[in-house]
Amino acid sequence: MTTGAYSPEEFLIATVTRLLPERGNAAIGAASPIPGAAALLQRELTGGAFRVSLIHGVTNNPFTDGGRELFDAAGQGRIDVFFLGGVQIDGQANLNLVGTGDYPAVDRRFPGSFGSAYMYFTVPRVILFRPEHTRRVFVEKVDFISAPGVSPPDVRRRGGPHALVTELCIMMFDRARARFRLESVHPGRSVEEVRDNTGFDFDLPDRVPTTPEPEPERLDILRARIGREVAGTYPDFAARVLGYRARATG
Amino acid sequence: MIAQTDVDALAEQVPDGALLALPPDYSFVPMALIRALIRRGVKDLHLLAVPISGLSADLLIGAGCVKTMEAAAVTLGEAGLAPCFTRAVQDGAIRMKDSTCPAIHTALQAAEKGVPFMPLGGVIGSDIVKYRDDWKVVDDPMGQGGGRILLLPAITPDVALVHAPLADAFGNVWVGKRHELFTIAHAARTTLATYEELHDGDLTADPVLSAGTIPAMYIGALAQAREGAKPLGLAGRYVIDMDHIRAYAKEARTQEGFDAYLKREVLGPEAEAAS
Repeated sequence: MTTGAYSPEEFLIATVTRLLPERGNAAIGAASPIPGAAALLQRELTGGAFRVSLIHGVTNNPFTDGGRELFDAAGQGRIDVFFLGGVQIDGQANLNLVGTGDYPAVDRRFPGSFGSAYMYFTVPRVILFRPEHTRRVFVEKVDFISAPGVSPPDVRRRGGPHALVTELCIMMFDRARARFRLESVHPGRSVEEVRDNTGFDFDLPDRVPTTPEPEPERLDILRARIGREVAGTYPDFAARVLGYRARATG
Repeated sequence: MIAQTDVDALAEQVPDGALLALPPDYSFVPMALIRALIRRGVKDLHLLAVPISGLSADLLIGAGCVKTMEAAAVTLGEAGLAPCFTRAVQDGAIRMKDSTCPAIHTALQAAEKGVPFMPLGGVIGSDIVKYRDDWKVVDDPMGQGGGRILLLPAITPDVALVHAPLADAFGNVWVGKRHELFTIAHAARTTLATYEELHDGDLTADPVLSAGTIPAMYIGALAQAREGAKPLGLAGRYVIDMDHIRAYAKEARTQEGFDAYLKREVLGPEAEAAS
């Protein structure tokens, strides 16, 4: 199998995989095929010590007690990793999944907050995933807070933002300071490009490393084994990115 | 025994102005019944997505059947934004009550237990709370140092709709592990169910099937509807028709396009014969 070249999606999958722990439980929402594939790859790499639940999936969905079970499990502290995105994300890691403009009379309406307002509080390691890195997405202040990045001390909170992955870079979030710090810039991208396309202020170390390229052996595993695993939940993505087409059976 | 009827007669049992609970697109949505509701011209519905919705809510909204929508999200998933929902919210044609997934589950659990409200962790600091004047943030009333906590009023849907792989002559309905449908049925005043196949025997008497069975005491009426979830999927039987959903997402981007879809797939003579 050729591993010299890789697609942008494969690069992001490999990048997200490196942010995942060696063990624990990850839950993946419906609109997150790249994080889903990354988590399933980590499961392969850890021999199953890292467990993955695709919460809307027909396969890889171990929940048996209905839609509430994930949230009850998260509330108890049983879910270690979750992924969230946002129409807008600001410098304090506030997420907007609802719409832009002056709520409720929004200019552009998006699907809604899903479980973000809860999972952000209950899951220790939330990884923010938003490929589009523009000032349209990364704003100074979100128009609507679906889920706040940090909370005052009188609000019980175990979880929150850990890292942010975009098409340009990785940023880590410092909860005590409520600020992002640039961690690495992807190959062929620059710190200036990140700064020019980010609407909020963030911490910048003296030297910013380059995000590693995908490990060839991981790409092999991804292409050989993960397409089939995600096809039941993300059929379009499995076919387009991972070259896997499920048979349409009942 | 429970009244067996047909899908259009079932649709007659949903009154105008009802608070109607809908399962999410991955969980046994009675699409044939949704189409029948639109044909019956139901009006002023208050939709509750448990906790998200897609095609079913979008069709009802596009057809002008909906006044308010409560949901954690409305989306066509991989096919993109739900076009009629998006248009209706942007135009102010419906009132949106934004929520978050566990808040809807929790409010239904309160109704299941017959208590007026239930607490939920997290959420505080979200603008969702700011715009929900029916929600309340209080200091931990038990004095256990838990800090502030959100209280949610119980939600009791007037009617819940489900589609099931199996039902029996006693009115029991088998939904397998889709237990959010249990929650919906327990919380709602009544549940109208469509089903694929009539099970020969009593589902509650079967030691394996009974674990996935909603008992008849929660079911108001039921009707057989073969392939009744299509074009959505029914786990174990048929998969979602993504080509249909993608084509819908594109066609319904304009109201004219949606009207053409509605005429062809819902109101037309062929659609009527097929339901």
